[in-house]
Formats: sequence, structure tokens, C-alpha cells
Amino acid sequence: MLEVLPQRQSQVLTNGEAAVPMACGKPSLAGSVSQRACVFCGSRVVLYPIADALHLVHGPIGCAAYTWDIRGSLSSGPQLHRLSFSTDLRETDIIYGGAAKLKKGLLELIEAYKPKAAFIYSTCIVGVIGDDVDAVCRQVSATTGIPVISVHSEGFKGTKKDGYRAACDAIFQLVGTATKAETDAISPYSVNILGDFNIAGEVWLIKDYFKRIGIEVVSCITGDGRVDEIRRAHAASLNLVQCSGSMTHLAQQLEEKYVTPFVRVSYFGIEDMAESLYTAVRFFNDDTLLQKTRDLVREEVTTIMPQLQAFRRALAGKRAAIYVGGAFKAFSLVKALRHLGMQTVLVGSQTGNPADYQHLQKLCDPGTVIVDDSNPLELAKFLLEKDADLLIGGVKERPIAYKLGIGFCDHNHERKIPLAGFQGMVNFAREVHASVMSPVWQFTPRRQKGAPV
Amino acid sequence: MTTITLPQPPPPASSPSPHSFTATRNACKLCAPLGASVVFRGIEGAVPFLHGSQGCATYIRRYVISHFKEPLDIGSSNFSEHSVIFGGSECLQTGLTNIVRQYTPSLIGVASTCLSETIGDNVPMILHEYRAKQPGGVPVISVSTPSYAGTHMDGFHAAVRALVDHFTQSSASITRQVAPPVVLLPGFVSPADLRHLKEILHDLGLLGIILPDYSETLDGPIWAQYERLPAGGTSIAALESMRHALSAIEFSRTLSPEKSAAQLLASRCDLQAVCLGLPIGIRETDAFFAALAQLTGAPLPTKYQLERGQLVDSYVDGHKYLFGQRVVLYGEEDLVVGLAAFCAEVGLVPVLCASGGRSGRLAAAIAAVAPALAGQSAVRDDVDFEEIGEFAATLQPDLLIGSSKGYTLARKLAIPLVRVGFPIHDRIGGQRILHLGYRGTQQLFDRIVNAVMEQRQTKSDVGYAYM
Repeated sequence: MLEVLPQRQSQVLTNGEAAVPMACGKPSLAGSVSQRACVFCGSRVVLYPIADALHLVHGPIGCAAYTWDIRGSLSSGPQLHRLSFSTDLRETDIIYGGAAKLKKGLLELIEAYKPKAAFIYSTCIVGVIGDDVDAVCRQVSATTGIPVISVHSEGFKGTKKDGYRAACDAIFQLVGTATKAETDAISPYSVNILGDFNIAGEVWLIKDYFKRIGIEVVSCITGDGRVDEIRRAHAASLNLVQCSGSMTHLAQQLEEKYVTPFVRVSYFGIEDMAESLYTAVRFFNDDTLLQKTRDLVREEVTTIMPQLQAFRRALAGKRAAIYVGGAFKAFSLVKALRHLGMQTVLVGSQTGNPADYQHLQKLCDPGTVIVDDSNPLELAKFLLEKDADLLIGGVKERPIAYKLGIGFCDHNHERKIPLAGFQGMVNFAREVHASVMSPVWQFTPRRQKGAPV
Repeated sequence: MTTITLPQPPPPASSPSPHSFTATRNACKLCAPLGASVVFRGIEGAVPFLHGSQGCATYIRRYVISHFKEPLDIGSSNFSEHSVIFGGSECLQTGLTNIVRQYTPSLIGVASTCLSETIGDNVPMILHEYRAKQPGGVPVISVSTPSYAGTHMDGFHAAVRALVDHFTQSSASITRQVAPPVVLLPGFVSPADLRHLKEILHDLGLLGIILPDYSETLDGPIWAQYERLPAGGTSIAALESMRHALSAIEFSRTLSPEKSAAQLLASRCDLQAVCLGLPIGIRETDAFFAALAQLTGAPLPTKYQLERGQLVDSYVDGHKYLFGQRVVLYGEEDLVVGLAAFCAEVGLVPVLCASGGRSGRLAAAIAAVAPALAGQSAVRDDVDFEEIGEFAATLQPDLLIGSSKGYTLARKLAIPLVRVGFPIHDRIGGQRILHLGYRGTQQLFDRIVNAVMEQRQTKSDVGYAYM
């Protein structure tokens, strides 16, 4: 059986047996086959759902080609975010510089597609060949009159987390640029939803809850995102931060400049969804809102509980593994799985911080394996050792589970089914149930000891 | 009332070009390291490795996994700012050491990236240093694949050529065995295609070396354990025996001689290089079997005569559904050439043949395999999907044939898409699509006719259940 690479052993622990805190936040080890991508990826996933902006990737073709229409982020209007634009740099651009091509390409695209803003992503070689992307952005912004924002996302300049930060910095440039007239009508009972990307329409579920309670959602950053909404975001009274790994930086900037407080929330699972609504409402300290929230939660929970019971009966006692990008989602998933009677035997994230892993240790049962920035061999090792029935992850994790004959639930950006909110919990249970209870596993080697493979 | 519409002649091939943009919009190509990674996955016990940022390896894994539904572990040197400033030697060597430790591979294929090329890392020299530290270690082969210099197909061919280069360097004299092998370089075809090619060589009694062979490594059985090095692939022993081969057959009509692995083999090993198109359609498949018959001296085996006969029989059964149907072909240049050859022989009119590749040879290759299309078919290389879409909108096509990336266009035009090639991200079984030989053509033909029939049925007010 595989041994964890020596340089990675401090990033793997068994809950209850660890004498030292988990190591994390490190660059991925060369040759470890990390599941992480790069700085560019971090920026691209965060900004991607802003549907009326132009997203131009400055570099050779790969980075743009691999991020063309790959996410389940829905837009209720424009679909510009689903196109993949690239300066597609060639050899001569590498030699003579790509700034002129960037400027020309950008002006043409803005002319043709009339975006509300443009994000220009720098890829690895842009920093190396010395293109002054910021200068091009300033010039084009002056010419076209729209915000043209340089996203410093060169792949090698850190990890995916640094990409999140660059994306937050880019968004922050838009916030506060709305006129007073555009923000005058905003209710004192108002929030921004940060860190929901409207995968499969999730943010619409959440917005509906707030509408029913009587809280105005000023902007969603970035799910079903619109430039003009983001420009007004400073006028909201409270920032709700899901996906804290990506959005805390923006929330902190908003707090510092606009004195808008922020709270962490999660819309996955019954407890976390309900608690998120209560957290928001408690901030406004209004009994009417509180009562409406109680009514909403009661109504939603009453609707979904009978449906969940059936799934729970089938799934109780099954063992689950979780490997996701951000640790905050993992917290919710551990709790949601518990709701289904399932035990989490392996949990990990690409970008968790020390506090996240401490929290996971508190949350999980003794014996649960916890990993940071893991890889296929480690995940496979622990999946088999812990005899998991299910892995929750993204596209890159799916074949690891399937090849070993283990069920899988896609909880990443590609998913097409909403898993957030109360209804999302039922969808989640149905997804898990459909995979774990499938009869196909009976033919797989691990359930057919001694049978020919 | 029934309206009778006579088929309209297609507009001349010199239709006005749609507005062209400096930027690429929805690329009809991928980056060079992707092609190299697929090639190295087709070598037994090999691990692909990218010398660049972590994202290159991860994005390519994600993209390839979504097509093959198989794991594809790719090592990365994971560049940091430090490596960009001081060079990537240290991170490359650390990465290789960790890959060896985790995977114990029989070979590591290192492909460079835009970043490592731009900062000027000399990968062969770094590898020389690495090998010196561990004599007798794992062979490490490098290939230069900056994506600013070509597409995924350039990366694919460059990796094949690098393998040929590496394994034919011995100065020992060439001794032809009793049954010298035939080297087959098929290009980026599907695992099902590779299996069919192996079957053909086997049935003809030829000892074949197919390079690369990911027929099992990217379409394998279920596992009991995580297979670090999945079974299958071109063996190292086979690669070593390439020098003694009798002939090298390469499927490409757009590859320049200096990029051709078959030409390199021919120049090194005193053998015959045969460059053919992908065997799609009867003529191109006939040419392939003719080349094999030259080696065996035997007539076409009954099994393949039968397949050929059945294919012609089906051409006759389905010909009216296809005659004059206007299709848009897109994808890798050689695939487009093969599909154009096939279209021409069944009466389909490829009003647009498009590729993101830019060998400069696409138009000539299509003219050579499908002279009948002259004047009816526009050929565009170095184009993206938005250009294809804008051009297609002026051509009133009935059908698209290409990868799943044309789905958006097919939906917009409300016409069927017959999925071929790579990637197929919106269906299961992309790895099992057979394109080659009489049998592959048969499957392709059936799928195209059925797509046309289904479209007619769906659009019909009557909804005939008997077509």
C-alpha cells in the first residue's frame, strides 16, 4: 500500500491521534500530483459568473480553452461569461510583446459585445515577457468608458488562494462606483451575498428566502453577477460570506473602507442554511423579520423532512469521504452527511487554513482521516482503507472513486443540480442515494472478493 | 398542402469572411502539452509530467478526464516565483524524484510549457544533470511543447517524434528479424480506433508497434486498487525494437516532413515511411489496406472484404438521406481531412471544413483526398468556434460533424451534431467511438444517416414511425 510522501506527512492526520496541528497553506509539492490548479484558476472561478462582463484571458490558448463554459453558474440574463476569449499569443508576441495585440483585441471585443466591464486575466508568461497590462487597461478604459480591470493571476505567483485574492481586488475596484442616486433606494435591511456562484441556480433559492423574510439583496458576488450590482455593493448593510476561502478578503476590504460588517454563512445542509438566515436576521434585530424567518424555516423543514427520512433509512451507516476546494464547504457537508445517518471517514480540502482544520478536527469523529492539498494516490489509499461508500468532490476526483467502485457526488462548479438551500438538501440526499444505492457496485472488485476482475 | 423544394446549389466557396477578431473566441484547439500528455499516457508504465505551473497539469487532467472518464495522473514541477527567477531546475528535479517515489514508472515523459520555454529553461540539460545523479534510473524523455507555437496536435506529434528520436539513437547495426515489425503512428485517435488497428494488424499476421497506444490506459477496466501505472501501452521493448522495423505507417496528410516521426524513423533506420490519411471512408481505408498488403503480399482477408462489402451495401441503403446534405466539419486537421474524404464518397457536401490547426496544408490535403468537392467546400484553418459559427450561419448547413464543443452551434442552428473525435464532454463513451477502417466508417455512416432521419422525423408534422 502506498506511503504518503515524506514531505507531505504533516498535511495528513488521523483525527484524535495527531499530536501537532495540521500543516497547510503550503505551495503544492512538485511531483505530488496535487488536485489544485493555479493562481489563474482561483481568479477565473471567482469572476467567471459575472455575466455582463467580458472575460479576456491574456496568454497562449490553453488557459482560456480549458475554462470555456465549464461551470454550472447560471445567469438570468446575459450569457457573455460563457464565451472564452483569449489573446492566443503566438511566438512573435512572445518575442515582441503582447500588449499591442491585447489592446487591439480588447477594443474590438468591447465594440462587438458591449460589456459593462472587462476583466483581463494575466497568465504565466505575461509577467515574464513584461507586458504592461495595467497600462493597456487604463488606456482602453479611457477610450471605451467602461471599467477595464487587470487581474493579476499569473499561474506561478502563489496558489489558487492568491488567485481568489486577485479576483477580490478586481471586484473591489468596481464596488462603490455607483452614484448616490443609484443607491438611495436601498433598504436598511439589505445584504450582499458573497461567495455563492449560482451553480444550477442556487443563489436564486437563497435570494427567494431573503425576499420572503424582507431582506433586500443588493448584489450577489458573483453568482448571476452584474457589474452594476457590484458597483452598488457598498450600500448594503451587511455582507454574508459563503466560500470564505475566496471571499473573506473582499469582505475585509469592504469592512475597512465602507464599515460594512460581515458574517460567515453556509447554505449547504439544513442546520447551516437555517443558521445562516438567523445570523443575517439577528444582525437587523427586528422581531418581525425574526418571526418571518422562523416561519420560513419551519415551513421549509416541514416540507423536506419526510422526503429526507426515506433517504436516511437507506443511507444510515454508510461511509463518506469529502475532498473539496474550500474547507468551509467541508464543514457543512460533514453535518449534512450526519443528517443522512452517514459517517465521514475522510475529509480534505485544497486550500484550508489552520483554523479550518482545527474546526474539522472538532467536528469529525475520532479516526477520520483529514488531508490538505491531497492527490489521487493518497485519496485512493484512504478511500480503500476506510472502505468508503461515497466520495464527494469535483470532476478530477470522480474517476478516482469510480475506478475503485465507489459512489460519487459532484459538489463542485460543474454540477447541474442545486445543492444549496433546503430544497438543495433533498437534491443532495437524492444524488447521494442514487449513487450509493445503485446495484452496479455488486460487480466491482471490492464488493466481489475473489471474483475475476 | 405539400411544398416541393428542390435542393439548392451551395453558395460558392468564396463566401465573404465573417468579421474577424484579433482575439480568439472559443478556441477550436487546445494547448500543446495536452497532446504530449496523451501520448505519454500511451507508453507502458509511463507517467506524463509537465514542466510548468500546477494549473497546466490540473487543467489538462480535468479536460481529458471529462472525455475518457478515466484518471490521468500528470506530474507537475509546480513553478513558483522563485523558480521563474532562478530557473526551474530544482522544481523539475524534485518533481521527478517524487514521481519516481510515488509511481515507480518505467518512463517519465516531460513536456515543457509556455512558462518554462519563455524563461528559457533548458530541459534536456536539466535532465542530463538529473540522470547523472542517479545512474541506471528511470528514462526521462523531454519534448518541447510551448503552446504559443502550436496546438495540441503539434504537442502530440512532437511527443511521438521525441519517443522515436530517443529509442532509435543506438549506433548498433540494424538486424531485421524474421518477422520485422511494422510501426504504426495513428495520431490522436480513439481507444476504440487503436483496438481496431491492433486487430487489423493481428489479422493480417503483422507484428505491429502502435505508438502511442492508450487503448487500455485511457479506456481500462474497473480496478481493485488504484493502479498507479494502468496496464497497457506501447512497451519499452517494442519502442526499442522500432529500429528493426520494416515499415512505418503514419496517418497524417497535414504533418510536415520535419515534424513527422515516420520520416525520422525512415532516415535513421533504413525503412520505408508511408504517409496516409486517417482511414475513414472506403478510399482512404482501401489505401491503408493496400499499404499493409504491400507488406504481407497477401490479398485482403475475407473478414475485411466482407466488412467492405457491407459498408458499400449500407452506402447504397442510405444514400438518398445524405445526398446533397450540407455539413460543417471541424476539429483537428487530419480528422477533418478524413471526414471530408468520407463525405465526398457518400454525397455529403462539407460546405465548411474548419480547424484551429495551422499547418498550412489543410486545403491541399482536402483537395487531394476529395477532388470532387472542389468549388463546393470552403476550407478554413486557424479559426475559432465563433468564426465557424458566423460562417456556418451563412451556409445553411444541415448537420455538424465534430467534437462536443460544437454543441452550442448545433443548438443555435437547430441542426443535429454527430459527435466524433475529442473532446466529447456531453456524452458517455467518447473513448469507444470507432472512426477508422471499414467498420468505423460503417458506424459513422449509420450515425450520420440516423441523425438525418431523426431530424426529419422530429420536424415532421406527421411523425412517421416508419422511415
